[in-house]
Amino acid sequence: MLRMIGLRLALGVMTLLGASMLIFAGTEILPGDLASALLQNNATAENLATMREQLGLDRPAAVRYAQWFGGALQGDLGRSLATERSVARDIAPRLGNTVFLAVYAAGIAVPLSIVLGLMAAVWQGSVFDRMVNTVTLMTISVPEYLIGYLLMKYISVELGWLPTLANVTEQTGLGERLYLTLLPMLTLVLVVIAHMMRMTRASVLAIMASPYIEMAFLKGIPKWIVVVRHAFPNALAPVISVVALNLAYLVVGVVVVEAVFVYPGLGQLMVDAVSKHDVPVVQACGLIFSSAFIVLNMLADIAAILANPRLRHPR
Amino acid sequence: MRLYGHRVTWPAALGMVIIAVNLMGAIGAPWLAPFDQAEVVCEAWDDPSAAHWLGCDNLGRDLLSRLLFGARMSIGLSLLITTLSFSIGIVAGFTAAIAKGWVDTALSRAVDLMLAMPSLIFAFVVLSVLGTDIPVLVVTLACLDSTRVFRLSRALAMNIVALEYVEVARLRGEGLWWIITREVLPAARAPLIAEYGLRFSFAFLFVAALSFLGLGIQPPDADWGSMVRDYRDMINLGVSAPFWPAGAIAVLTIGVNFVVDWLLAIQSRGHGENA
Amino acid sequence: MSVSDIVLEVDRLRVAAGAAVLVDDVSFTLRRGAVIGLIGESGAGKTTIGLACLGYTRNGCAIAGGRIVFRGQDILTLSAAGRRALRGPGVAYIAQSAAASFNPAMTLFEQVCEIPVRHGLMTAAAARAVAVGLFRELDLPDPENFGRRYPHQVSGGQLQRAMAAMAMAARPDILVFDEPTTALDVTTQVEVLAAFRKLIREHRTAAIYITHDLAVVAQIADDIMVLRHGRMIEHGTAEQILQAPREDYTRRLVAERVRGHSFVARADGGAALLSVRDVVASYATLPRVIDGVSLEVRRGDTLAVVGESGSGKSTLARVITGLLPREAGEIRLGGEVLSAGLGGRTLEQKRRVQMIYQMPDVALNPHQTVLDIIGRPIGFYFGRSRGEIRARVLELLRMMDLPESFIDRTPGELSGGQKQRVGIARALAAEPDLIVCDEVTSALDQLVGEEILLLLKRLQEELGVAYLFITHDLGVVKRIANKVAVMLKGQIVAGGETETVFAPPFHSYTALLLSSVPEMRGDWLDEVLARRL
Repeated sequence: MLRMIGLRLALGVMTLLGASMLIFAGTEILPGDLASALLQNNATAENLATMREQLGLDRPAAVRYAQWFGGALQGDLGRSLATERSVARDIAPRLGNTVFLAVYAAGIAVPLSIVLGLMAAVWQGSVFDRMVNTVTLMTISVPEYLIGYLLMKYISVELGWLPTLANVTEQTGLGERLYLTLLPMLTLVLVVIAHMMRMTRASVLAIMASPYIEMAFLKGIPKWIVVVRHAFPNALAPVISVVALNLAYLVVGVVVVEAVFVYPGLGQLMVDAVSKHDVPVVQACGLIFSSAFIVLNMLADIAAILANPRLRHPR
Repeated sequence: MRLYGHRVTWPAALGMVIIAVNLMGAIGAPWLAPFDQAEVVCEAWDDPSAAHWLGCDNLGRDLLSRLLFGARMSIGLSLLITTLSFSIGIVAGFTAAIAKGWVDTALSRAVDLMLAMPSLIFAFVVLSVLGTDIPVLVVTLACLDSTRVFRLSRALAMNIVALEYVEVARLRGEGLWWIITREVLPAARAPLIAEYGLRFSFAFLFVAALSFLGLGIQPPDADWGSMVRDYRDMINLGVSAPFWPAGAIAVLTIGVNFVVDWLLAIQSRGHGENA
Repeated sequence: MSVSDIVLEVDRLRVAAGAAVLVDDVSFTLRRGAVIGLIGESGAGKTTIGLACLGYTRNGCAIAGGRIVFRGQDILTLSAAGRRALRGPGVAYIAQSAAASFNPAMTLFEQVCEIPVRHGLMTAAAARAVAVGLFRELDLPDPENFGRRYPHQVSGGQLQRAMAAMAMAARPDILVFDEPTTALDVTTQVEVLAAFRKLIREHRTAAIYITHDLAVVAQIADDIMVLRHGRMIEHGTAEQILQAPREDYTRRLVAERVRGHSFVARADGGAALLSVRDVVASYATLPRVIDGVSLEVRRGDTLAVVGESGSGKSTLARVITGLLPREAGEIRLGGEVLSAGLGGRTLEQKRRVQMIYQMPDVALNPHQTVLDIIGRPIGFYFGRSRGEIRARVLELLRMMDLPESFIDRTPGELSGGQKQRVGIARALAAEPDLIVCDEVTSALDQLVGEEILLLLKRLQEELGVAYLFITHDLGVVKRIANKVAVMLKGQIVAGGETETVFAPPFHSYTALLLSSVPEMRGDWLDEVLARRL
């Protein structure tokens, strides 16, 4: 089992390396090069050359990748093309904000959706189950910004209970921060909960259909014990991966929600950088988002290995 | 109501109606729309009236006309992306499953890597460099999406190829083309159709999200995502304009998902004779 | 025996799933210590009856009529809690697949002790002591510690016995055995069967024994009930059913099991059609699955390759057809050396070797019509016109005793036996010299399988085609093969004319296999056990 976990860790590191290469290569797929793309119509031979030197384009791609990734590992993410400031310094506070929002949403969404998913599975086919099924199918289809604006319109504008925008600064205290980000958090929770709940329900149902569950019923064991003792330990691994998958989704869903509530997070920064072609910032943000996504997926797989009785107790 | 021997549930029927209405709106936009999408015909934020059923937008353009033309752009683009991603994904997936060996390994590893990153983030990286022209958008999103089609079609083909009737064809000496078209495709058709619907709604939401973030379709072309973006500041003033395009996005996606859900339920139930 | 001895009375039981009636008008009584065998083919409703005795029906089914009286109490009138109290301590169930019926996340002790502990009959320590005692009775290794293991850590035969221990833990009045040895190899089946019988006899537990195999039920049951399509065909003592069946259906079932060597024909001798020399093969990561196998098939031969699961017999079929390239050795077809992989063989070589599969459901493309399926080899190998193909397909259908109207049907509209006939017709359409038959009867009901064997034999007489018959069923071997090769761990341990191999002096493994095949006599199991001691 340790071997499998080791392998999975190694694979995670490899994937991370591969992802960083892809992100780097994304800027190399141009017909010309970055300098001519950035300057577009203003390109003269002279300022092209200056730009190239400034970007370090005169060195081979492999060297530039090594420098970039090596720097990133040490916390040096280069300099922004637009502001010429250190990318790392710009990112740090925003990363904090994004992590805060994601953790806030996850803390509420994960327990809630697991409980709801279990309930829907245990009462399969009931009115509750069918209602939840249809409602979640609809929320899955609704884009984040519609949910966000609906909440904003009814809760903030009409009822005036919460602020429309989540203007947090570095000075904002925890209490106020929680209050200001309540609406973005709710939006994220609503988006993520539907997926997570449906997947939890499906994996528990798959377990409930197995012969050993029928056997437990044939042994005259009460339903709640069957669910808790027989089904749940086996459903653990799939549920853990459902949670991790949705947390990874949360990391990305945050981008749109930040835009809706004008929340100063990493997503907003990245979107701005994309429209300004500020490649170093985009690369840095991309690397951070991808790492979070990859690490979460890796943790899910490791948890699944740990939860598997066949691997925990080898022959 | 029954369709090909399957009972149509009410959400599925509703979904089909939604899809049909949207398609008609998208195709018929030039004839149905009372005004052109870029034409300034009234004051900014005029209320709904007999001439302008949904009112006017921030520049005094007719909202209904923009919604109809927006459907054309949003739906057309998503169909284009989905079709392209399907062509790439199916060909690569079937090839990997049947050829096996290093072809399969190389394709699968590459796809694993692409799927290890959130596609929105990957799209950002590419768009930040290449800009947001429509061809760039279509090719980028189709490539990203084709990774998921690859996964599905490879898995489907793997399962079907392992079936004994395909083994019979191989033992007989049949060629690759015959095996794919006559033995594998008929069995894969149903799940692939459902997947097409699913991928369409993903592509559709994805394009809309990019446009909403200002990184997708650029003005003056109307599309639903950028319409939400253009009108969003009006929420604070109680104007409901942003809810028209945002609602349209949601309704179409719900419709597609209802139909997909129904298609998947039919498959897990088996063939029509007993359903 | 007094009336109070009756532990279970099933009276005109009727189980339905919506409009479909699964079980209708079934009645029997069960006394303390008695065993009733429920016998029938798939779809006979055996399992449904067994589960109904626990007051349980599967999703979508419901008990629609009749009474099930357990110790004076009609269990159908019980509340949900009352039925639950009955399951385990009153009536316990032993399922076909132990591997699927044990929870992979719990130890055997936890699961075996669950009935007495959860029903509040014993303390955990007492239940554990009972479990250890049962493990010992059932001849399980290291009974003190056996229960600490997880289900995936013990063998299939041991797990099946552990399930009997689980059912016995609260000393139920009735045990329901549902095909408990069907998934096991013959040699394991003997041991498990003996353990079950010992358990029932020593505890004087009443039992319902469900199986499709008359010879198995003959060893264990006092009474036998024959079922078909959810209805009782015949009900009597085991001796009466086996010796003097009254109903025609029962007579056919019994006759099928006792039939002798009647089919075997002489081969015409001559040069070898297929010759396999010192062939070695393996799957990528595993050790050798086929290790130095040699055999020879002549025209008109039926060579049976027999062995238990994992012996490599199906792999041998794949190596001969070229699906799995051999690593060493030589295979010749009519003198020509066949290349290891499929790609290196000529179309003519491919045509001459055809295959028939175990599962007719997956061997026929459900999206094609019978005409497409049978007609394709004719068009592909002989380039005939559409009219000629149709005429030839009709001719083949007639040879298979199938109506000509089937030509436009799809496999979904055919029964299992009919599908298997279409599979045979497809193989014959290529006019092959050799047909590899991979367990062709084992997925079919007994009588249907019998008809398929008859058909294959008739076709061989008419066409002179040779068969390579892969099977685990020694009964089939004796009836159809003139030559046999016994496989064990990838090697042929005994081979030659069937009469020679299956007559003394036996190879020790052949003897073990032969003695493990249940025979239609009540005293067979006792004899075997006596001989083995």
